Amino acid sequence: MEMNQYLEVFIEESKEHLQACNEQLLELEKNPEDIKIVNEIFRSAHTLKGMSATMGYEDLANLTHQMENVLDAIRNQKIKVNAEILDVVFLAVDDLEAMVQSIAEGGDGKRDVTEAVEKLMLIEKGESPAQSEARAETAAALAEPHPAIKSTYDDFELTVIQQSKEQGFESYEISIALRADCSLKAARVYMVFEVLEKCGEVIKATPSVEQLEEEQFDQEFSVTIVSKETADDIRQKLLKVSEVEKIEVLPLSLGDYSYQESVKEEEEAAQPVAEETPKTASNMPKEEKKSSAAKQVSNKTIRVNIERLDILMNLFEELVIDRGRLEQISRELNNQELHETVEHMSRISGDLQNIILNMRMVPIETVFNRFPRMVRQLARDLNKKINLEIVGAETELDRTVIDEIGDPLVHLIRNALDHGVETPEVRNANGKSDEGNVILKAYHSGNHVFIEIEDDGAGINKEKVIKKALKNGIITEQTASALTDKQAYELIFASGFSTADKISDVSGRGVGLDVVKNTIESLGGSVSIDSKAGQGSIFSIQLPLTLSIISVMLIEIEKEKYAIPLSSIIETAIIRKEDILRAHNQKVIDFRGKVVPLLSLKEIFNVPSENQVDEFISVVIVRKGEKMAGLVVDSFIGQQEVVLKSLGNYLTNVFAISGATILGDGQVALIVDCNALIK
Amino acid sequence: MAQTAAEDLKLIVFQLKDKEYAIPVNQVRSIEKVEHITRVPRTAGFVKGVINLRGVVTPIISLRSRFNLEEAEYSDHSRVIIAVLDDMEVGLIVDSANDVIDVAIESIEPPPEVIGSEEADFIKGVTKIEKRLFILINLEKVLNPDELAIQDGQGIAG
Repeated sequence: MEMNQYLEVFIEESKEHLQACNEQLLELEKNPEDIKIVNEIFRSAHTLKGMSATMGYEDLANLTHQMENVLDAIRNQKIKVNAEILDVVFLAVDDLEAMVQSIAEGGDGKRDVTEAVEKLMLIEKGESPAQSEARAETAAALAEPHPAIKSTYDDFELTVIQQSKEQGFESYEISIALRADCSLKAARVYMVFEVLEKCGEVIKATPSVEQLEEEQFDQEFSVTIVSKETADDIRQKLLKVSEVEKIEVLPLSLGDYSYQESVKEEEEAAQPVAEETPKTASNMPKEEKKSSAAKQVSNKTIRVNIERLDILMNLFEELVIDRGRLEQISRELNNQELHETVEHMSRISGDLQNIILNMRMVPIETVFNRFPRMVRQLARDLNKKINLEIVGAETELDRTVIDEIGDPLVHLIRNALDHGVETPEVRNANGKSDEGNVILKAYHSGNHVFIEIEDDGAGINKEKVIKKALKNGIITEQTASALTDKQAYELIFASGFSTADKISDVSGRGVGLDVVKNTIESLGGSVSIDSKAGQGSIFSIQLPLTLSIISVMLIEIEKEKYAIPLSSIIETAIIRKEDILRAHNQKVIDFRGKVVPLLSLKEIFNVPSENQVDEFISVVIVRKGEKMAGLVVDSFIGQQEVVLKSLGNYLTNVFAISGATILGDGQVALIVDCNALIK
Repeated sequence: MAQTAAEDLKLIVFQLKDKEYAIPVNQVRSIEKVEHITRVPRTAGFVKGVINLRGVVTPIISLRSRFNLEEAEYSDHSRVIIAVLDDMEVGLIVDSANDVIDVAIESIEPPPEVIGSEEADFIKGVTKIEKRLFILINLEKVLNPDELAIQDGQGIAG
């Protein structure tokens, strides 16, 4: 239907308003006395109500309306803000979010909201008589909402109004009330429209003409027309239609000057005609005008379907493969002109690559947004006081990473709240302020994005961790004694590990952290822990900026080519055969003062070989966290940007292979997963 | 009319050693010549590796080795049948593939018990046209990922 084109906008804006509600509610909780914040929430809720009513989502509108009533009461200082009230409002917002989500997924946005509505009504009622008065008032307002300007106009309608004004037409918004005992409302509507169409041109009706014809309105409706006749003439003509009880004709003036003035003007103009003074000439229309103006300024962006970006990315990946091929040909042919052209093309496609990757970047804000709410709820569930600080929410990450990173972060934050931050009593006893601090920080560094979750809680108890790990058979007594602090902390990422004394709802099922680690590693990232007993812990996650194009070092073993991600390479070296030492059964080398184990890729990958041993051995030194290993290869080919491809759904979990890529000559090279090689 | 059409099955015929096999045409995406295959280490023996199929990395298995037949050198007739099952695309190496036949569904009989050994597991049925016997393969069984894992484990242990 016609609505479809607005649906996307509606969903987007609803989400924005709900997000605003969430944020402001959290603010309000901190400053319960600040009426300004209530006003902000009220405005968001009000806009949401208007929008959802227009789009025909009644449940959504109803609940928002109820919420608005409560907010209104708070605003008029009839209700005092407390945690219980906010809980209910949060609950309502949750419901609203669920409904918007359902609409976004193609549902009808219906939901049983009686619980939330009842609670909201209780809050409203649970107050002084003054409150019930306010209720009556709002109820009245419901019966005839906004006696002043009822309709909001879209850009097109505004343009029509403005243009007709330039041509000497006046615009009026006419409110028509039919008598309560009117039996054939549709017929009256028809007659009213006939009269109006003779006077001028109808540009808008609220409710819509279809709804009016189907009698889907109470007693009142409003029509906007442009006409050359005066307000009074129109009014007189309309009163001739029988069973019409009341006519209000408000001239609309939407000039270049701000809407606020126009509203005032309308009010003045309305005075002689209108029987009632518009009592709720709300600040909403002007707010709308303002926001639409703001939109125009920032409207240098366009929405692009993410699918198209994916297609663009795929096409570009093909181009990268051909680029590799061209580079290879140009090297082989050794023609100066070809060299230059190819080099130029490589540079341009490099720029293009940056732009395309940038287009897919999304601020991590989209993930961080939901955390304040979550933290608040958790803190209440756990009876802890927690202050969440978010730094660097504007940091951008590839969309594919963003999609995956949410759940691991939820786990880590839950973990910090549950196991990290102590209860206020314990904190006080330890000489800390009873409010725990959790800092969520994101920043770029080099080709990576770092996300840190820092708490000032109890820190990790090394003894406890080791004891638990021993009990669960994750480590042996022998290894336990040799563990460094860091290694001991890493143990909490082992599967089947949970140090919480009690298993709580929040975390502590022992399934969380190993999943976190796996997810992050599958994204090509890593996670590490730093902790000081009694002072808190920092979990830091390192992620690649993008997943689809990576820099690799190509190496050769016999006739097979493999790619090793540059991100795990420390350096390459050529060593003499005599320099290889033996420790137990392991070949090692002395690399810059460190003993590094040597792994033969030929053996690991069972490469068929003729077994000739050279005097010199090529080694790629790779790392995983603090640990290093030397991979013995036959020769280095060089560094290249390649497109990461999966091996498909058939070959999953191939040992030490994280994917594949297509080289310039069209052959497939496998990408070595160094994380799997280093234990 | 429509009914008889529905009961007809279009099969792609291919050869392994001295037998003729068949696979429904709707399970086949394309038939390719054998080109460079990149070996994937530490996978089941019948997994020959991966190829670049027009920009998509596609795994390749040898049907001879899957059916426990002795391996043969690839010849000019060797083909890769790109088979599709659910969201998996896998290439099957066969000795040759050069025919498409139509058979009536009712002419397909269950596999005779005597056909023997491991191979029997991968057979859905047999059908005869004139003097030729076609063995219908069971793609679900051939591409069973569980078996891939078991074989994989054995590979590492051994």
